[in-house]
Amino acid sequence: MGRRIGTFVASFIVWCLLAYPWSEAGGWDWQSIIVGLGAAALVAVILSDALALRPAKFLNPVRWFWAAVYLPVFIYYCIVANLHVMYLVLHPDLPIKPGVVKVKTRLVSNAARTALANSITLTPGTLTVDVTDDGYLYVHWLVVESAEMKAATEKIVERFEGWLERIIE
Amino acid sequence: MNEVIGFIIIAVGLVFDLFGCIGLVRMPNVYTRLQAATKCVTLGTCSILFGVLCITGFGPTGVKALVCLVFVAITSPTAAHAIARGSHKFGIHVHKDAVTDKYAEEIDDPSVVSSGSNDQEEGETL
Repeated sequence: MGRRIGTFVASFIVWCLLAYPWSEAGGWDWQSIIVGLGAAALVAVILSDALALRPAKFLNPVRWFWAAVYLPVFIYYCIVANLHVMYLVLHPDLPIKPGVVKVKTRLVSNAARTALANSITLTPGTLTVDVTDDGYLYVHWLVVESAEMKAATEKIVERFEGWLERIIE
Repeated sequence: MNEVIGFIIIAVGLVFDLFGCIGLVRMPNVYTRLQAATKCVTLGTCSILFGVLCITGFGPTGVKALVCLVFVAITSPTAAHAIARGSHKFGIHVHKDAVTDKYAEEIDDPSVVSSGSNDQEEGETL
């Protein structure tokens, strides 16, 4: 039940942001709000199993604090990744050395692993290809620095693992 | 003032998008192209949307841009991941002088790996 209510509130907030049911004059657009309540209820009934949104975890302020600290770190890595791709693309010889390496993560929950895979994809030279159930990630690396699992894990995974463990795990 | 900052951010985003497109043309195969496309186009598009937010402020348009920014940032790497996994399952090889391919060694059917040396041309045309 808590999960359903969490999904309902989250979908209603997204609806409000998209439909923006209040005008400059301060009036409410009741038509839009009623339709939004109906749509959010429908999503909560149908998709509450698909979206694992646990309110107790979601509302924990400590997690939000670490998420706010993690955001600039993530944006920094994202910009570095873009400059790296720019350098490779503009270099006349195209100095790439691609390969797929295997790395291990100690994150357990699905949400945390998804966030880790997405973070890896948006950071310099790496793209997650697959995640196995027992915690291994296959990562396509544009400029392979080491094919060994331990060294690759240190270079690719460990800069995010600590953060994501505090935020989502 | 906000408008000037917003237009600068939009211009930076367009430059990132441009380099993503150049990467899409210059890179040799599907995985390296995905790398260029995902990284540059995600940050480029997010910058454009953030620039829109700076210009319009937290009004109806700006909030929509913010929501779109979050969704693009979440879905774009997920889609790239799905395409990469699909191409690997389809049998496209990483590169003709790839350093290592642990995925092919451990997950794929061994016969696909051994017969794959001439598949590289196919991978390049995709």
